[in-house]
Amino acid sequence: MFRFLIRRVIGALVILLVISAVTFFLFYAIPRDPARMACGKVCDAELLEQVRVNLGIADPMPVQYWHWLQGIFVGRDYTGIGHCNAPCLGYSFTNSEPVFETIKTDLPTTISLALGAAFFFLIIGVGAGMIAAVKQGTWMDKTASSLSLLGSSLQIYFVGYIAMFFLVQQLGVLDPPSYTPFTENPGAWVSGLLLPWLVLSIIFTANYTRMTRSQLVEQLSEDYVRTARAKGLSGRNVFFRFAWRGAMGPIVTIFGIDMGTLIGGAIITESTFSLQGLGTRAVRAVTDSDLPMLLGVTVVAATAIVFANILVDLVYALIDPRIRLA
Amino acid sequence: MTSTDQQPFLSVRDLKVHFSTEDGIVKAVDGLSFDLAKGQTLGIVGESGSGKSVTNLAILGLHDRKRTSLDGEILLDGKELLTATERELEKLRGNKMAMIFQDALASLSPYHTVGRQIAETYRKHTGASKQEARARAVEMLRRVGIPQPDIRVDDYPHQFSGGMRQRAMIAMALVCDPELLIADEPTTALDVTVQAQIMDLLKDLQQEFGTSIIFITHDLGVIADIADDVLVMYGGRCVERGTKKEVLRTPRHPYTWGLLGSMPSLDHPVDVPLNPIPGSPPSLLNPPSGCRFHPRCAFTEKVAGGLCATERPVLDVVDGRGSACHLTAEQRADFLADLAGSRQN
Repeated sequence: MFRFLIRRVIGALVILLVISAVTFFLFYAIPRDPARMACGKVCDAELLEQVRVNLGIADPMPVQYWHWLQGIFVGRDYTGIGHCNAPCLGYSFTNSEPVFETIKTDLPTTISLALGAAFFFLIIGVGAGMIAAVKQGTWMDKTASSLSLLGSSLQIYFVGYIAMFFLVQQLGVLDPPSYTPFTENPGAWVSGLLLPWLVLSIIFTANYTRMTRSQLVEQLSEDYVRTARAKGLSGRNVFFRFAWRGAMGPIVTIFGIDMGTLIGGAIITESTFSLQGLGTRAVRAVTDSDLPMLLGVTVVAATAIVFANILVDLVYALIDPRIRLA
Repeated sequence: MTSTDQQPFLSVRDLKVHFSTEDGIVKAVDGLSFDLAKGQTLGIVGESGSGKSVTNLAILGLHDRKRTSLDGEILLDGKELLTATERELEKLRGNKMAMIFQDALASLSPYHTVGRQIAETYRKHTGASKQEARARAVEMLRRVGIPQPDIRVDDYPHQFSGGMRQRAMIAMALVCDPELLIADEPTTALDVTVQAQIMDLLKDLQQEFGTSIIFITHDLGVIADIADDVLVMYGGRCVERGTKKEVLRTPRHPYTWGLLGSMPSLDHPVDVPLNPIPGSPPSLLNPPSGCRFHPRCAFTEKVAGGLCATERPVLDVVDGRGSACHLTAEQRADFLADLAGSRQN
């Protein structure tokens, strides 16, 4: 277990290194000069050079990348601004704010969105899938299957706007999307995010209903489930402790991937609901040619995805003792 | 051997198990009757799809209730099982009647330790504490011959060898001292030495506990080893039954002859090929008319009037011995005499 963790963490770090390097060098493929943009209208060669030094982009690219890496682990010095403490992801080119602090304020929005949505789509999706599996072939099964097909063919920006129009503007049953930190006001946190959560659930639930149903149907016909019944265990016991146990693995795997998608791919959700999170931040960083911000957001999102996957593997091993973590 | 004067321990009367499928009704078992006395072993022989396993799943009530229609009577110690509620059956399963399945790896839960799987049966039916149940599991593992049972009790099935898994299955089935044990081809997936060990184990345990056993197999060698009585099934019906000696020494049904003829033996000359039964098992969706074996039977011409294809032969049981075939007793005796003659040459 321990060796597995060490190996996976080292692997994750290598992946993150590669992602950051690719992002970094790709950025310079864009034919734009951040220094010229920062320099303003009255700009001569001398001033431009000074801006380059201040932004930390005067050095050759590999040296810059090295400085960026150094910043994360030991911090780095900026001429004119001073020392930036580790973990330092640099300063934004556009508003000179420290990138790390900006991400720290944006991340809770994105995570709240993901976790809240997960809460709803797991309960609804898995619940509906279980009912469909137990009541195979009945109207309940058919309803769940049809609804999940419908749900999986919808898109956030479609459902999102329709829901906002009807539920917020016309009927007024839900609050317009907004983010209040949970620690500040839990009630406002829920009411502000309820609409995005529900819309995200509609999209994601479908997958879990279908997955849960098919996995359970398969497990319920397994020999060991029959053995459990032959031992005289009750139907409920057999269902949850045997069939559901076996069905859980693939669902956990998909959940890990979805959590990565929700955190790393929050762009559409956040822009649909005008929430300031990592996704909207990333879009702005690209349009503004804000290299430090872009790198920072990319690396944080990638970290979330990579570690969600390690977590999934750990949980999978807990569920199924046949999986050896080595 | 079957007692006639008193109620047998297990009595199956005219059992019908029909499944409804998209293509129609599958008559997996179609009018089967047999008795089993206490401490006796009944061997049920037949090809795949002859209804052996379905019969026994029906006894335990493990069939898919939604898709299956059952008819007839199954009396276990005087208790009617076909009309019993699921809750009543839960109390009997694993307790009074238990089952050993063929593929122990697939039949044991991969998610729970062997010890836990044995212990939970015991706890369910006796209400024992966790510690007591665990001690019982260790004891059962020791009894079925698992080395270091106090350590292996915490292993998962995938950490056991094939033979050990089957032993663990047996331990699980016997943990509540069931009076009826159904063994569904428990040795098919095992190599011969392990197979022999498992058979010996079952015989020992039967002597110890006085368990009645239904042993399902397609292997007549295994039957010769363990059974008291034999029931030969074909196409969901019983075609022949009797004591082991009767069925193996003086078989009456052409299907049984076929089974015996397709079995290798040590005195069988190596250059003479085995005699397989031609054709394949009948479709139970649309079974052959008359005698279900007639399309594969080599003796249909000997029966006058093409009766084999039109009329279902009656299973004439006298003192537990009977067969369902239109051949006359003389015709059968002639065949057996011919066979004995050809064997000697």
